[in-house]
Amino acid sequence: MLSVIGSTTQLILSSLGQFSLFSWQMVRWLLPGLVQWRMWSRAMPLFYEVGNRTLPVIVITGTFVGLVLAVQSYDQLRAAGFEQRMGVLLTITLVQELGPVLAGVMLAGRVGGALTAELGTMNVTEQISALSVMGADPIRHLVVPRFLACLLLAPLLTFFCDLFGSLAGWFVAVVLKGIPSGPYWWYIDDAIATWDVGVGFVKSLVFGGLIGLVACYKGFHCRAGAEGVGRACTESFVASFILILMTDFFLGTFLSGVYRGLYGFKALV
Amino acid sequence: MNEVTLAPNRPPSPGGALVRLVDVHKRFDDLVVLDGVDLALVEGQTTVIIGESGAGKSVILKHIVRLLRPDSGEIYFRDLRIDELSERRLAPIRPQFGFLFQLSALFDSMTVGDNVAFPLRIHTRRTRREIEAIVRQKLTMVGLDGIQGKWPAELSGGQKKRVALARSIALDPELILYDEPTTGLDPPRADEINELILKLQRELKVTSVVVTHDMASARKVADRILMIHRGKFIFDGTSASIRETKDPRVRCFVEGRCSEDVLRSLQIEGKA
Repeated sequence: MLSVIGSTTQLILSSLGQFSLFSWQMVRWLLPGLVQWRMWSRAMPLFYEVGNRTLPVIVITGTFVGLVLAVQSYDQLRAAGFEQRMGVLLTITLVQELGPVLAGVMLAGRVGGALTAELGTMNVTEQISALSVMGADPIRHLVVPRFLACLLLAPLLTFFCDLFGSLAGWFVAVVLKGIPSGPYWWYIDDAIATWDVGVGFVKSLVFGGLIGLVACYKGFHCRAGAEGVGRACTESFVASFILILMTDFFLGTFLSGVYRGLYGFKALV
Repeated sequence: MNEVTLAPNRPPSPGGALVRLVDVHKRFDDLVVLDGVDLALVEGQTTVIIGESGAGKSVILKHIVRLLRPDSGEIYFRDLRIDELSERRLAPIRPQFGFLFQLSALFDSMTVGDNVAFPLRIHTRRTRREIEAIVRQKLTMVGLDGIQGKWPAELSGGQKKRVALARSIALDPELILYDEPTTGLDPPRADEINELILKLQRELKVTSVVVTHDMASARKVADRILMIHRGKFIFDGTSASIRETKDPRVRCFVEGRCSEDVLRSLQIEGKA
């Protein structure tokens, strides 16, 4: 029993150490790469790939989550007489929580898995070793552009998730339930502050970066063969998903504390 | 970016050894792969390393190009100890190595032309026209000029190997390492690769190391043959002398016929 606990702890610590080292190497190449045209020229096609692959799923997910939230919350808010403020509840949930998390999960599933599969295949077919032998650092050439694409596109995708979710909520509230459009938007404008949008932005940046790093790390460290690549893809998604949820909690708690320290309690109704 | 000279003036190395491995040990978990390997690669020679699968042949190549680091021991390229060098200090030396991977390792996302041009773009400041000319020259050397626009997925196994070879000689390296160059090819294509190895040896005067378990290929290209067994070299000689060796383990490998005693001893050693 003790030996099992010992070996599991050792495995976890060693994986954490490897991941930290991998992340550090990425950061070392990222900072000088930010001012190099070559780096951006490598990242541009990936921006298109990441955005193009994920946007349709994000739009569908955001729309249906907005619809469901609106339908579920309408009766309760109406019973309390707050139905005109439905947009506030919906938008703040989307902007601060659901938008970044859903966009992150979709990004992890749609792009993270594909990045792991691509790099994993390059790994098992020795293409990554070939880069090293030629003196081209694989982290600089493969990881940094992919990390940048995930990091910078996650906020943009989150924006689309928020936008379509809010529009879907408006559709349920105004078109289906007959709430006047003017007060619906007025309450949203009154309640949602720059801070709320900033929280969603920070979260999406962190999620995007984590997804990019985890996907590349899993691809670089996958085992040989088709099974190894398949397993790495699954592990990549599961790890990203768990990290998104955990980070969301800790980041949310931290940012709420900062807000309370700066501005005090904020009432939505 | 490291600017390198494409036609370097190569100074004579001490003792004629381009690469030296001194008492190199390597293990993966509990498996001992290299157990005190000593090796000196003579400049201008083609050295063939043979041995069973898993004997440590490819691991030796990966140590020479520093894809792996030894657990203990020393590795020298000319007088420079490379196993201790940082990646940054090793970078200017890397263009001196050409490596033909077992699976060719062509970049799927690049055309043939871009694959061959890749090391030139990384290590030189040549213009696009100059790079195109070098790519054409290298592809002509391997008999494949005119396929610059094709994708690796459109090539046969033999063509992939030849393109990978063109890529590995793009920077005119001093040392070319071949990891199982004929594996997976039919006999005529395998012989084409053997002829190419000989041609490059003749025309570029490079030092070559070929890892293989294809004895026909080994006999054809080797100036010197080494056999590795359980992490140690058990034979060092020429194509002629390997036929006359009395060591049953070497004979078993070379002739492809093993006596029951040898098979039993190999199994016992394997279990141990």
